[in-house]
Amino acid sequence: MADLTSTFLGIKSPNPFWLASAPPTDKAYNVERAFQAGWGGVVWKTLGEAGPPVVNVNGPRYGAIWGADRRLLGLNNIELITDRPLEVNLREIKEVKRKWPDRAMIVSLMVPCEEQAWKAILPLVEETGADGIELNCGCPHGMSERGMGSAVGQAPDLIEAITRWCKQTTRMPVIVKLTPNITDIRGPARAAKKGGADAVSLINTVSSITSVNLDNFSPEPSIDGKGSHGGYCGPAVKPIALNMVAEIARDPETHGLPISGIGGVTTWRDAAEFLALGAGNVQVCTAAMTYGFKIVQEMISGLSQYLDEKDMALSDLIGRATPNVTDWQYLNLNYVTKARIDQDACIKCGRCYAACEDTSHQAITMSPDRVFEVQDDECVACNLCVNVCPVEGCITMEQMEAGAVDPRTGVTVSDDYANWTTHPNNPAARSAAE
Amino acid sequence: MTNSPFTPGIAPARLDPATLAENFSDLHAPLDAHEALVAADRCYFCHDAPCITACPTSIDIPLFIRQIATGTPEAAAKTIFDQNILGGMCARVCPTETLCEEACVREAAEGKPVEIGRLQRFATDTLMEQGIHPFTRAAATGKRVAVVGAGPAGLACAHRLALHGHDVTIYDAKPKGGGLNEYGIAYYKSVGNFAKAEVDWLLEIGGITMETGKALGRDITLDGLRAEFDAVFLGMGLGGVNALRATGEDRSGVRDAVDFIADLRQSSDLAALPVGRNVVVIGGGMTAIDAAVQSKLLGAESVTVLYRRGRDAMPASRYEQDLAASKGVRFVFNAMPVAILGNGAVTGVRVEYTRSEGRSLVGTGETFDIPADQVLKAIGQTLDGAPDGLDITGGKIAVNGPGRTTLKGIWAGGDCASGGEDLTVTAVAEGRDAAEDIHSSLMG
Ligand SMILES: Cc1cc2nc3c(=O)[nH]c(=O)nc-3n(C[C@H](O)[C@H](O)[C@H](O)COP(=O)(O)OP(=O)(O)OC[C@H]3O[C@@H](n4cnc5c(N)ncnc54)[C@H](O)[C@@H]3O)c2cc1C
Ligand SMILES: Cc1cc2nc3c(=O)[nH]c(=O)nc-3n(C[C@H](O)[C@H](O)[C@H](O)COP(=O)(O)O)c2cc1C
Ligand code: SF4
Ligand code: SF4
Ligand code: SF4
Repeated sequence: MADLTSTFLGIKSPNPFWLASAPPTDKAYNVERAFQAGWGGVVWKTLGEAGPPVVNVNGPRYGAIWGADRRLLGLNNIELITDRPLEVNLREIKEVKRKWPDRAMIVSLMVPCEEQAWKAILPLVEETGADGIELNCGCPHGMSERGMGSAVGQAPDLIEAITRWCKQTTRMPVIVKLTPNITDIRGPARAAKKGGADAVSLINTVSSITSVNLDNFSPEPSIDGKGSHGGYCGPAVKPIALNMVAEIARDPETHGLPISGIGGVTTWRDAAEFLALGAGNVQVCTAAMTYGFKIVQEMISGLSQYLDEKDMALSDLIGRATPNVTDWQYLNLNYVTKARIDQDACIKCGRCYAACEDTSHQAITMSPDRVFEVQDDECVACNLCVNVCPVEGCITMEQMEAGAVDPRTGVTVSDDYANWTTHPNNPAARSAAE
Repeated sequence: MTNSPFTPGIAPARLDPATLAENFSDLHAPLDAHEALVAADRCYFCHDAPCITACPTSIDIPLFIRQIATGTPEAAAKTIFDQNILGGMCARVCPTETLCEEACVREAAEGKPVEIGRLQRFATDTLMEQGIHPFTRAAATGKRVAVVGAGPAGLACAHRLALHGHDVTIYDAKPKGGGLNEYGIAYYKSVGNFAKAEVDWLLEIGGITMETGKALGRDITLDGLRAEFDAVFLGMGLGGVNALRATGEDRSGVRDAVDFIADLRQSSDLAALPVGRNVVVIGGGMTAIDAAVQSKLLGAESVTVLYRRGRDAMPASRYEQDLAASKGVRFVFNAMPVAILGNGAVTGVRVEYTRSEGRSLVGTGETFDIPADQVLKAIGQTLDGAPDGLDITGGKIAVNGPGRTTLKGIWAGGDCASGGEDLTVTAVAEGRDAAEDIHSSLMG
């Protein structure tokens, strides 16, 4: 078994799987059961200022979309930060940390965007013995309308300011949690770094409406016939999160800034992908809310098996794929592939045919006895057939050897690297050459 | 209870009423809404789907399954009925294992096809239970068509003609419409008087007059029909049965399996139905299987199916054979009856093993006796009482294209006509296609 011990900002945990700040980490009861199940750490459900806690709606707060077999693909919520009194949360955090000293205990915070508010709460958190804090600059609903959460996360100067206030006040490591509800994630990340953040975590939830009730015309979840945009998470947001993690990891201005990867982590594979793109650990919410705490056992066994098979240490995996993320213009245009159908695996459903014929490049033929074949002289290697084929591995993309002639273009495949920047069709390349 | 499976001879009430009710309940329970969604999720929405090709009525299966999956089973039912107005019965009785489900790509992929038959039943039941007939007639054409036989072929033909605005009169010799749906289909495939309900529902299209108890050749003649109507469709099925050609066929306790099944289907009290202690069924088709299974379910102690060829040659599918075996029916292959034993009442069957010699079967000379109180003959139905003047080929009314007989103005389809398998769904397809052809010839 590979050693999964993780050190993030100097905070040790037995594995890199933390529970994200959300209902699973809302109270001692949950967090203790999560630790018993094997989670490496938690980010406690976001705390607000002292005083009367926020209130949640008393009707449904979640909406969802599903795939086949009602597999939950995306979850949406209109929940706010913790609705339990601050002192109760602080007392429980302290108790749990004392009982579970080997687990990471991070406290998520969201208070008004005023120096005094942040400076008031930090000593209280420090007193619990927690390992660090996470600044919730991401919640897209409810809190944002009060000038907190994603209202802060969408304004880089505010991110920078609150980060700085915290860094000035506490010795605890500061993680800034970012919202994806922004055009360029690098701005907020740079601001966090400028403010002195020890790390960023991302993504928080994506602003969304999951569905509309077609009988009463209310968005779901519906509260007395009305709905509000909520925060979207779960498997459906993973691609968005992966891209944002990679953007920060490869941005020269933030390169090296530790990242806690969040968003749709459901299996060990998802976690490994975040780590490979540069996250130092991952946080999980929806998967635990869907299947319970036990899933961490699959994450632990899966990641260790993978690392063993690859003969890698956990630290070798982190950032391993980051250098391979590049801009489109640098992709090798001399890399030519063709779709190949494994006739033995093919079950003759014809989906590849419908996809290519109706919406792609008419490169698949269908014989009267339902044999489907790729015509290399038409195939542009778009990969759509691979994506729609219900049998995994049945259609593959095969690279053409250098020296072979691509029957579609009539061009001999070259093993030289050549990209758009030098392509004759590129006006910029042409003017540079002139 | 006085009788049991061990009561000698032919006796009723071998099982208690609760067991009988259980035995004759739905063979495949209907899917509930949740099960239907799970089953529908498995469909890949194939291009030019092989299941459609395999369906004799070419129902757009991926479309109707997608309509179920998206919460509109009523639209799914309409998709089904567009092609097959008896889609409700077909959902229950089609040997899907040799039709759509055999062709389903998930059969190739995992050996577990999409449950097309049960999904079809879910959709059609949903709409029919709402009491909705989703078709309205075109404006009246003033043309009149006679349909002989109210079985699946005749009903499908009549409905399609009525839809196009023609006036249709259906003549059937029997007191009830439905044909073998009413009198032949195994009890547990079509429970709760579904055949009758389906006929009533189908007739809601309007423009169809049903004349039961009127037999062609007895009460009406083909010439009379030709004179009175603009076109005639013959869907009279196969009313006759083959003879056994074994000595002792006339002993009491020997009867045609189709009659035995018809009694069962018309029975209002299963406990009143007599069945032998030891039953021997002769034949290898669906009728043989149904008679054997239902004998067993009525409480026969032993039921043996005698088939003269090997298992693979048996017309009944392997699925049907396994179903029968699971109910306790025994199969004896490569064996033919040579004599029905007994003195007055049957006491047994003398059986001789067979082997093929070239294309014919011969006895091996080795014989053995099986005890029997009841012998059910299921060795094939024959065309009975076809009107004179029509060409007959292979024992059936010769048709070409969409049911055209050799006489102008006369169409035929279903079991009585040449071509196609003898299945409910094939009869529906042929009736429907003949109706379209009649329509174009009347309007053309
Ligand atoms: C026991 C049994 C079980 C079967 N099980 C199945 C099954 O599970 N699945 C399946 O797909 N198929 C099954 N079949 C086959 C299926 O029932 C037939 O293929 C189908 O019913 C044929 O339809 P049809 O309309 O051609 O004839 P029929 O259903 O036979 O209808 C013919 C109609 O014509 C009437 N008629 C006959 N002669 C005259 C006349 N001279 N004048 C007026 N009316 C007349 C009859 O009364 C009858 O109503 C079974 C058949 C049998 C015998
Ligand atoms: C019901 C719910 C409540 C949440 N509450 C908080 C919160 O209080 N603070 C916070 O930082 N993130 C909150 N989140 C966001 C999650 O921590 C996480 O960033 C997001 O769900 C993406 O991860 P996932 O795809 O694993 O769920 C919440 C998410 C859900 C579903
Ligand atoms: S890769 Fe694209 S173009 Fe090529 S066969 Fe597949 S769908 Fe068609
Ligand atoms: S999509 Fe895949 S399984 Fe279906 S026909 Fe194409 S290659 Fe075969
Ligand atoms: S073959 Fe099977 S999977 Fe394909 S459309 Fe038909 S039922 Fe669906």
